Amino acid sequence: MTPPLGRRLKSWEARGTALVGLTMLVLLLAGPHIFDLFTLFKVTLFVSMAILALSMGFIWGYGGILCFGQSAFYGLGAYTYAIAVGNIGESTAPFLLAIAVPAAFAALLGYFMFYGRLSDVYLAVVTLAVTLILYNFMRSTAGEEYVIGAQRLMGFNGISSIQPINWPGDGKALLFPDDIFYLAMGCLILCYFGLKLLLKSHFGRVAVAIRENELRAELLGYDVRLHKLRTFTIGGAMAGLAGCLGVNFNSFVNPDVFALNFAAEIIMWTLIGGLGTLVGPMIGCIGLLMLKFEIGQQQITNTYLIFGGIIMVFVLLVPAGLLPTARHLAERWLPFAGHRLAGGERPGEAMR
Amino acid sequence: MTEATPILETRALTMRFGGVVAVDNVDFSMAEGELRCLIGPNGAGKSTFFKCLTHQYKPSAGRVRFRGADITGSHTYQIARRGIGIKTQVPSVFNGLSVYENIWIAARRHHGRRAADRIVGEILERLVLGDLSGRVVGQLAHGERQRVEFGTVLTGEPELVLLDEPTAGMTHEEVHQTTALIREINRTTSLIVVEHDMQFIKAIAKRVTVFHQGAILVEDTMENLERNQQVRDIYLGKQHTA
Repeated sequence: MTPPLGRRLKSWEARGTALVGLTMLVLLLAGPHIFDLFTLFKVTLFVSMAILALSMGFIWGYGGILCFGQSAFYGLGAYTYAIAVGNIGESTAPFLLAIAVPAAFAALLGYFMFYGRLSDVYLAVVTLAVTLILYNFMRSTAGEEYVIGAQRLMGFNGISSIQPINWPGDGKALLFPDDIFYLAMGCLILCYFGLKLLLKSHFGRVAVAIRENELRAELLGYDVRLHKLRTFTIGGAMAGLAGCLGVNFNSFVNPDVFALNFAAEIIMWTLIGGLGTLVGPMIGCIGLLMLKFEIGQQQITNTYLIFGGIIMVFVLLVPAGLLPTARHLAERWLPFAGHRLAGGERPGEAMR
Repeated sequence: MTEATPILETRALTMRFGGVVAVDNVDFSMAEGELRCLIGPNGAGKSTFFKCLTHQYKPSAGRVRFRGADITGSHTYQIARRGIGIKTQVPSVFNGLSVYENIWIAARRHHGRRAADRIVGEILERLVLGDLSGRVVGQLAHGERQRVEFGTVLTGEPELVLLDEPTAGMTHEEVHQTTALIREINRTTSLIVVEHDMQFIKAIAKRVTVFHQGAILVEDTMENLERNQQVRDIYLGKQHTA
């Protein structure tokens, strides 16, 4: 017996999902035809980063896990691909490894954190420390002794001339930039709708319930540690995928993917776009990346000075983030969006 | 004739917080189907005792047995799966979710999707929550949230229900409904109820355990306890002398 109001909201939500899906589909089909090559490279990077933003939006916004080191899984995905493709010379296995290795690392790290009952703040600190350890370690691997198979790690210079993704099974049939765009966009669509389905499932609903009240979930018989571990691992796998696609943007990866700046940026994307939504972090991500490119081109001021100002403005004036605020304003001012309850909140807000 | 195994039994259960002994060497036992009330002044250790039973606190010493099985080292979720449900003193609910979703999460733990939907409908009706089903729980009044928590606990069909101050913040009418509900639950389920409302205790209690300074002071019927000078003294704050 679903309440009538819930059904109406569901349809409202379905309309939003359909709009996002349509936008993604149009971008997928039209992208290579409307963008020049340089823009297409940039958009491919944005799409890869949007997958990373989605992973953060999922584990933090829905799972309640504040991971300050999501960049670690992105970087691991990037390096795993670079090292594996440098050794194997064909990208199918490296592509899969770039998802599996960060996922396994997330599972291992998550096991110690969640089964060790680490509280939220400490979890953020530990994950940040992990990415910074990886940053420092990778920067110190310039020596010739730091080699995995045939691939040197190259320290702070990073690994360059990484072989792009090829058609599965044929190492010589490399993907062209527009093919890589299609692949990245396809992955983004899969991740977005995959997460939508996951959040509708029993697992997803329990993840949200745990975010709301860990103790009650446990008192109802749910193994909170295991659920959080699974959520965290899914986030790690998605971030790894993003890293693999990101490497294909310019065939290069260096230790900066583990740096504090990048780790903080991912948090900013999510906060600015809107915590507790999937689209919000993607909007925040793409918006800030576009701004970063603009500022970088003009060389007038420091990017992170601007970002610091932006995050302060958002924390003070738009604390809910762009998407929830826009939705709230639409419900208030647009008559056709008037599904608001007396208190301004919707039932099951957390579950959408 | 052998005596039936108690549904719940504690032996020398002790919970220390530094130098403070919140639960002191408690030997407690109750039979299958019993409705036991726990009373005692604030700070007597009743809620801590509940938390030790459900492993929200790891007891400093002693054992807890449920249907004869030692559950002292079990995790909270494992204890819940064994069939112990608890309604906490401050309503522990999913505040950001609707009433419907709160109960659905509880129902889905035990049942498939379709059965869960059906059971949620039944629980909403049983607890007169139907009109509130779409409301966000965080926006409800305290008494309504108490009922929602009741719903989540009952949905799991536990064999033993622990109720920590179930009528706190409820209106007179809601207390009346809760009294009837507890009697109804007790037809099939064992209950331990912590309460301060003596009228409510009188209405439901068969046997009452009095906690004082972390230990069991006395166990008896409510009628006898009302005449017990020791119990009167601790409730009135008079210094008890043995």
